[in-house]
Amino acid sequence: MTDCLVVAGRSFGSRLLVGTGKYRDFAQTRAAVEASGAQIITVAIRRTNIGQKPGEPSLLEVLPPSTYTYLPNTAGCYNAADAVRTLRLARELLDGHDLVKLEVLGDPHTLYPNMPETLKAAQQLVKEGFKVMVYCSDDPIQAQMLEAAGCVAVMPLASLIGSGMGILNPWNLQLVIDKVKVPVLVDAGVGTASDAAIAMELGCDGVLMNTAIAAARDPVLMAKAMKKAVEAGREAFLAGRMPKKLYSAAPSSPTEGTISPSQSKAA
Amino acid sequence: MIVSMIRVTVNGDAQRFDGPLDVAGLLARLDCKGKKVAVERNGEIVPRSAHGSTLLADGDRLELVVAVGGG
Repeated sequence: MTDCLVVAGRSFGSRLLVGTGKYRDFAQTRAAVEASGAQIITVAIRRTNIGQKPGEPSLLEVLPPSTYTYLPNTAGCYNAADAVRTLRLARELLDGHDLVKLEVLGDPHTLYPNMPETLKAAQQLVKEGFKVMVYCSDDPIQAQMLEAAGCVAVMPLASLIGSGMGILNPWNLQLVIDKVKVPVLVDAGVGTASDAAIAMELGCDGVLMNTAIAAARDPVLMAKAMKKAVEAGREAFLAGRMPKKLYSAAPSSPTEGTISPSQSKAA
Repeated sequence: MIVSMIRVTVNGDAQRFDGPLDVAGLLARLDCKGKKVAVERNGEIVPRSAHGSTLLADGDRLELVVAVGGG
């Protein structure tokens, strides 16, 4: 693999990261994850169902951490303290695994990030040795603060979590990409394959999505589409697109050698 | 040995157990034995290696968590 996503010194051939929530069942989760080609998958940390049927499969069995790089998240946390506690539990649960997704939400209606609390949590987690990939606003200044705090990747939203509204502000994403040196991944907002391609064409290092795949009529087929879109967008970015022009002053076909103009047979 | 009742809060639910009880014992009583769970006691992680040596005290607040599907 020549073109890898490198996060915290680890290389990944796939630039598509997928969530594991909202699927019909574990079989569909696994089929979609496999079809996406993703190597990094996000998981949530939740209270165990006391009295759960013994023998019931767990996510860890369906998608083994030996095959996939887990990215435990802090979804549902609204302050730095809860996010830090959640990831300490994740690290304990996953035998010392330190690559995590930090998200500190502002309110349950928009799920927009609370940036002051996000920064506070990031600083604490970095101090404790975590490798933090951080969900954030698409503000280049905040992104630089998170980078300075030691985060290994910044992950601005392209539109609200679960909205499927696509890349609403490509200019801000561009600014973030230009301003930070760590990988930039679009996290949240992708709705369909073209959105993922646009993010990658802008120069994002990767895309993280869940609902766009899980809520598609055919999640496995959408996962395949997303895989191709991320690859196509990446290749288009590397290829370097042609400049945009209002008029084409250069036709694609030769201007010389056209057949002689028809004689007007005016009576 | 005097068996005293201890009251602890497990994942938000108030529960009573015969003491003394350590974290490993608690997991066994909750049918979580052998299951991959992480334990937080009063805001501090109890490492798996310490489950058998961490005695619960009256009033302890415990969180037992697993990994689930999420984005």
